Amino acid sequence: MRPAVLVLPLAAFIAVTFVAPLLVMLGRSVHDPMVADALPETLGLLRSWDGERTPPEAVFETMARELLKARREKSLGRIATRVNRVQAGLRSVLMKSVRRLRGAHPPDSWREAMIALDPKWGQTRTWHAIRRAGERFTLRHYLHALDLDQAPGGGIIRQPPDLRIYLPLLRRTLAVSLGITLLCLLLGYPIAYLIANAPPHRANLLLLLVLVPFWTSLLVRTTSWIVLLQTQGVINDLLAAVGLIADDQRISMIYNMTGTVVAMTHVLLPFMVLPLFSVMRTIPPLYMSAAASLGASFLQAFRRVYWPQTLPGVAAGSLLVFILAIGYYITPALVGGQSGQLISNMVAYHMQQSLNWGLAAALGGVLLGGVFLLYLVFNRLVGVDRMRLG
Amino acid sequence: MTLHRSIPAAFLLLATALTGLTPFALAESVTVVSWGGSYARACEKAFHEPFTAETGIEIRLEDYNGGLAQIRAQVETGNVHWDVVDMEMADAVRGCDEGLLEPLDLGALAPGADGKPAEEDFYPGSLTECGVGTLFYSTIYAYNLERFPGNRPSTIADFFDLEKFPGRRGMRRTPQVNMEFALMADGVPLDQVYAALRTQEGLDRAFRKLDTIKDHIVWWEAGAQPPQMLADGEVTMSTAYNGRIFNAQVLENQPFVIVWDGQLLDTGQLVIVAGSPNLEAARKFFSFSTTVRSLVAVGRYISYSPARQSGTALISTHLETGVDMKPHMPTTPENAARGLQYDWEWWSDHIDEMNLRFIAWLLR
Amino acid sequence: MDSPQKVHVEFEGVSKSYDGRTVVVRDLDLAVYEGEFLTLLGPSGSGKTTCLMMLAGFQTPTSGTIRIGGRAVDDLPPRKRDIGVVFQNYALFPHMTVGENLSFPLEVRGMEPRQIRERVRGALELVRLEGLEGRRPGELSGGQQQRVAIARALVFEPALVLMDEPLGALDRRLREEMQYEVRRIQRRLGVTVVYVTHDQQEAMAMSDRVAVFQRGRIEQVAPPEALYEEPQREFVARFIGDNNLLRGKVVGVEGDFCRVEVGGQIVTAFRVVPCEVGDPVSVAIRPERVAVAPEPGLYGNEFDAGIDDITFLGDHLRLRMTVCDTPDFIAKIPNIVGHGAVLEGDRVRVGWTLTDGRVLEPDGPETGSK
Ligand SMILES: Nc1ncnc2c1ncn2[C@@H]1O[C@H](COP(=O)(O)OP(=O)(O)OP(=O)(O)O)[C@@H](O)[C@H]1O
Ligand SMILES: [Mg+2]
Repeated sequence: MRPAVLVLPLAAFIAVTFVAPLLVMLGRSVHDPMVADALPETLGLLRSWDGERTPPEAVFETMARELLKARREKSLGRIATRVNRVQAGLRSVLMKSVRRLRGAHPPDSWREAMIALDPKWGQTRTWHAIRRAGERFTLRHYLHALDLDQAPGGGIIRQPPDLRIYLPLLRRTLAVSLGITLLCLLLGYPIAYLIANAPPHRANLLLLLVLVPFWTSLLVRTTSWIVLLQTQGVINDLLAAVGLIADDQRISMIYNMTGTVVAMTHVLLPFMVLPLFSVMRTIPPLYMSAAASLGASFLQAFRRVYWPQTLPGVAAGSLLVFILAIGYYITPALVGGQSGQLISNMVAYHMQQSLNWGLAAALGGVLLGGVFLLYLVFNRLVGVDRMRLG
Repeated sequence: MTLHRSIPAAFLLLATALTGLTPFALAESVTVVSWGGSYARACEKAFHEPFTAETGIEIRLEDYNGGLAQIRAQVETGNVHWDVVDMEMADAVRGCDEGLLEPLDLGALAPGADGKPAEEDFYPGSLTECGVGTLFYSTIYAYNLERFPGNRPSTIADFFDLEKFPGRRGMRRTPQVNMEFALMADGVPLDQVYAALRTQEGLDRAFRKLDTIKDHIVWWEAGAQPPQMLADGEVTMSTAYNGRIFNAQVLENQPFVIVWDGQLLDTGQLVIVAGSPNLEAARKFFSFSTTVRSLVAVGRYISYSPARQSGTALISTHLETGVDMKPHMPTTPENAARGLQYDWEWWSDHIDEMNLRFIAWLLR
Repeated sequence: MDSPQKVHVEFEGVSKSYDGRTVVVRDLDLAVYEGEFLTLLGPSGSGKTTCLMMLAGFQTPTSGTIRIGGRAVDDLPPRKRDIGVVFQNYALFPHMTVGENLSFPLEVRGMEPRQIRERVRGALELVRLEGLEGRRPGELSGGQQQRVAIARALVFEPALVLMDEPLGALDRRLREEMQYEVRRIQRRLGVTVVYVTHDQQEAMAMSDRVAVFQRGRIEQVAPPEALYEEPQREFVARFIGDNNLLRGKVVGVEGDFCRVEVGGQIVTAFRVVPCEVGDPVSVAIRPERVAVAPEPGLYGNEFDAGIDDITFLGDHLRLRMTVCDTPDFIAKIPNIVGHGAVLEGDRVRVGWTLTDGRVLEPDGPETGSK
């Protein structure tokens, strides 16, 4: 009873700031009532449409009426955008038609008038798309997030190659995150070892050095990398000055994958060093001495005695870095150029630029699921209860 | 606001906060958002300062790189702090469709220099439902003369010709303009460019052309970047807004050359954001800055020409250097003849899927 | 210990300083014989571990040479010295089972798995831990861990085994049991053991010889009995068992005996170290050799004493007295007369034989007390 009361504020805080937004976003990935709310009658009529021939006049008339109403309520643009997401090109059909129909007298036949404005009104695909856009609950976003789409017939097909974005990006993200994790481990392990075995005052200083990037504004850090790595930057200047590279053959180290990897490794290194350090601190150097006295060479002693004992730290650090890397977006956005973008940048893009929150949420859901899956696999392999986070 | 609406709104608020904008406003001020760099400076001199002198209303100037994202975020969260925005035609039309912008009040526009009503004085097509055309500008490409002292690039095809003209290319990180450039460079006649873009083959053709220089492209976002990249030697040629290059030429004596072949001519639009917190001041500023006097004045600082017919004749010289502005204006017949009118209507309808195609292409 | 004994380990003029200023081990000369159980005994911080670590190769002497089997080992890394080390807190690898811990030294030597299994089984038998191969160190009691550590130091059959306070963490009963075990194993295998402890009883119980350390120096090396009976220096006399020390000046020398003036009275004592008239010396008398209220004339030394304090300790009484003006003079008397025969505040006669009092070199001003 008492402990429950003690955690209540935190639980409430987490519920409000973390669980609720998460659930709302996941909800958004399958639920979007915008079109359904704007075109209720049209969608009602389309429910009884056979789906094979052009719908009857009544559908056209209702559609026109509801579109004009949406236009007056300033929601037409958003509706058109949503329909367009189901079938590219329909946005212009809707917008253009409404623009032209607005001033005009009601025609004798809405059907003919609209088909005359754009022949797409006469195609059943268009109406299928409108019907699909009108679904309140849909898995469409998840399909899109996996580069799939629903065929007009109902089956699931892959997106055409020139529209496949997310799977390649997901693969790239996984590969890059894995690479960054390895790099962090390679760089962080010796540092953590050094800190864990240094005399206290020096250990504090070293720890401070590792943590300084932690405390520095992300933008400052990133900008420093730009200053260092850009074509006209410090490193290239140095290389050119000592004649290692020709002046017109400076190396591109930023605004590409190299930039992303370098800057992210730097940003995430503390997340590797700290768990490693906290584990290594508890391993007395005596073990290595003991192994040596038992006849082991340094490598044998390291491999069989030291390394296995640091595994909980290695596991914790790697998992931490990997998960953070998968979801990182500011650094790739700033220094990744185009080839250094990761899946989270597309989430940000759909959040902030295209405002396709459903798709952003679905991508987030896919990531979340992926991380969860990884965690399970990881748990199987290493055992999370053995992990030490620092 | 219901919960499921307000929470993503909170995300957007966060996003807005992250872009470093502080949402507060004083009574007698108006927040004007423009494209930064030499263009924004020209506008400040040409009509911001006179406006403040005349009305006492402060202008707070912010920079952005185009697009509707920030306005969408502000309007959807009900936290609007931009008042007047200088934007691309396609965005103005689209923003209007989405209800993000105040409808245009024709009565607020001053008549032409010759007394003609505003509706007739503005060039046809430059008045939209929510916005007023202000200036003609064009996206051209320019090169650094020092890098090509002998054989000089002169056509849009040369921009894509890495063999004759080696070196990195700067391009804006959007599908707009680049698609048109690619098609023109690939030999599509000017009048068929947009027809081609409406077909899958045309799109493929444009991307194939872009493929040929893909590894040599340095992408830019802000209009101020291309002159900088050219000056730094980061690129040997770059697409750019013509006025930026002009200013670098005359004010910094940069050895840049503009290639007018294949230029894409567009009109800037001035709009008022729906729910503008300083609507009265914004309206005053809107009227003031769309007068012939204001628009012509811009042309004395940067090579953009007024979108009002009675202003065209008034184009004179660059104020600081006395350079005759006419040959540098994108609308000057010799320059305009070699270019294409940007099809904002097509772009405003297709930008979403084009963006995705563009991103997919970048990833390949 | 059959002579002639072969020297196994030899320290020759070995000094060690960690920081270049304080000398932790000072000009050490010491020989350890083959098959011997030699204990380094001394107070905390006296440099015992440092000596052991130099011998194992984890520390290098600042000067001097260490020889093992006649070969100088200055350049030999620890893993090539073939020395079994039992560390103070065992240093069992926590992530390995007992079996894996024992196999480790054999595996790194490239031994065949079958042979390894046999050896491990043998070692476990030796320390009486059969059947615990599968446990991890964390699942063992302190005494069991201790045995595993010993087994691991022995399993690869080194000729020399170093043990650094291996029993320090055990409770008294277990410690005594293990003392016996360790000794038994050492006898059985005939290995040379250099053992470190600061517990003098442990040193007495186990060792062939004990080297008493004090401030990085060896005060005396001798078998336990000799150390007890014939301490040569005041420090040793005080460190090994209890001793009463009477400080005075030599006033006469007669053959093997000295006459020493202490607090105005003359004490006659056996001369362990050379002395001359006028030398300041200490006379050491074991408390159990002090007779209280003896028959007059029975002892060569007899004095008046005031009893300051009596402590009842079961099998004996401990009397704190003032003798020859020296306070805190202790006498132990067997509990046969019954408690109450002497009382606090009583004045009694005390006495001891001429040979029970020993004339020693007093500690210099730099040597402190125990
Ligand atoms: N690695 C080291 N660096 C610096 N000084 C050390 C180091 N190890 C020991 N010392 C110092 O050397 C002196 C002797 O230490 P040592 O460990 O040899 O003593 P010890 O006799 O084993 O004591 P204990 O009975 O407490 O284990 C001590 O003053 C100690 O502070
Ligand atoms: Mg020690």
